[in-house]
Amino acid sequence: MAVTTYSGAEQYNFEIVKKFAVMSIVWAVIGMFVGVYIASELAWPFLNFDSPYISFGRFRPVHTTSVIFGFGGSALFATSYYVVQRTCQTRLISDGMASFTFWGWMAAIALADISYMLGHTQSREYAEMEWPIDILIEVVWVAYLAVFVGTIMRRKQPHIYVANWFYLAFILATALLHTFNNLAMPINLFSMQSYSLFSGVQDAMTEWWYGHNAVGFFLTVAFLGMMYYFVPKQAGRPIYSYRLSIVHFWALGFMYMWVGAHHLHWTALPDWTSSLAAAFSILLLMPSWGGMINGIMTLSGAWDKLRTDPIMRFMIVALSFYGMSTFEGPMMSLKEVNALSHYTDWTVGHVHSGTLGWLSMITFGSLYHMMPKLWETKMYSRKLIEWHFWLATIGIVLYIVAMWISGITQGLMWRAFDQFGNLQYSFVESVAAMHPFYAMRAIGGMFFLVGMIMMAFNVFMTIRQGKRESAELEAKLAAKLAHA
Amino acid sequence: MDLLMWFSKPENTKPLGLVIFFVTFIGIVIYAYGSKKRSAQLESYRNIPFLDDQEDTKDKQ
Repeated sequence: MAVTTYSGAEQYNFEIVKKFAVMSIVWAVIGMFVGVYIASELAWPFLNFDSPYISFGRFRPVHTTSVIFGFGGSALFATSYYVVQRTCQTRLISDGMASFTFWGWMAAIALADISYMLGHTQSREYAEMEWPIDILIEVVWVAYLAVFVGTIMRRKQPHIYVANWFYLAFILATALLHTFNNLAMPINLFSMQSYSLFSGVQDAMTEWWYGHNAVGFFLTVAFLGMMYYFVPKQAGRPIYSYRLSIVHFWALGFMYMWVGAHHLHWTALPDWTSSLAAAFSILLLMPSWGGMINGIMTLSGAWDKLRTDPIMRFMIVALSFYGMSTFEGPMMSLKEVNALSHYTDWTVGHVHSGTLGWLSMITFGSLYHMMPKLWETKMYSRKLIEWHFWLATIGIVLYIVAMWISGITQGLMWRAFDQFGNLQYSFVESVAAMHPFYAMRAIGGMFFLVGMIMMAFNVFMTIRQGKRESAELEAKLAAKLAHA
Repeated sequence: MDLLMWFSKPENTKPLGLVIFFVTFIGIVIYAYGSKKRSAQLESYRNIPFLDDQEDTKDKQ
């Protein structure tokens, strides 16, 4: 291994990391606010205000796009550019291309959100963007791949650290998924609308091949890259087992691609396809838990950090949620369980235990670790980090408990028969039964959002503090030079 | 042509795929855990995140 010491600010391109990190927080606040709003619309429908622009149908993709691609995507750009530079001990291959990825990505998210509110959608879940925006994303993504691979190719460290493997798998798989899921024929060059290249059950299969692999590669593999760098750094100890990380990587990469069809149990899809997907989903439990154990055991011998370090607490709770949701997912992929859980709020709860519990928490921990280093200062308030942690945790618990109760109730009500063999409940009765849980979910979301706003304030103050400190340092140096 | 036809049948390619992937996976596990020397080499890469920053190596094990 090559051992080198660097003064980061001059050696690396941290400007691009800063931009993405800040925008990640901005998108988080926007996306989570919209999330709370649409959750509130379901509980208190007057919030629709009879406006099509903010109706649930149009606002929901604004929420998912802003949090997945705006918040999550920007955090991944930021941390991948940070990690690849620091572990390869080299600067990004092209500042210009990196900057292009930033402006291109921001434009894509903003245009997508605006277009949804205006009613433009290709109605593919988590890929609602119409074809012109898809092409923009494709170009940005190729540039991202070029920057990342180019940087790895000129590394000073002979070995490519495992976090970079995860990031690279995420970039490659996302390119593949985005391309094939969005194959479509535009109506004409000046129309936003297009026809999918696939039809019927093939279209559904392509959508869910994309959909679950977006969860697998965008929302899991990439964040594991984050975990493999930031958990050891924050803990001040190397990852528990490097060999386990290798097996984790290959097993996860191989198995995830097969599981999408478990979203299509009991449909027109051939039975063997969704059964195969369920079998792979069960197998996925092993690498997922291997990775979780690898992360958590990194703290072995230093468990006291959980008590003393709120950033570490974010990371370990994130890994715990990773373990929980990767247990719940395979269970829900079983046909019998799925017959009850599918199309209910249980799925919504499961997704949010993964996204709020695992992805958001590991991102918060990583950003709290990275941002003070970027601005060469300390976090403005440790107390606010503590508050953020508890608000986020309480918010998640309220959210997923509400959705568990609501989802299972829904599933049971929909399948209940009376003594004559007729459905026991009308659909609207099941909707009425959901109301208290929808209110509880919205309140859980509010807790999470308040924590997020605290983080935004804390980061804003940290950046100001960093700038002030560096200005003071420069002034002192200038004064010294003047007196010399 | 016969060979190509053989590949076109799922009842042939599915078990073949299973064998290829299973052998590959076993190969990766043997690569990772099979040799003490290689294991020591692989485990030494754990320290890469700490190599570019003196400050961060303070409490490293």
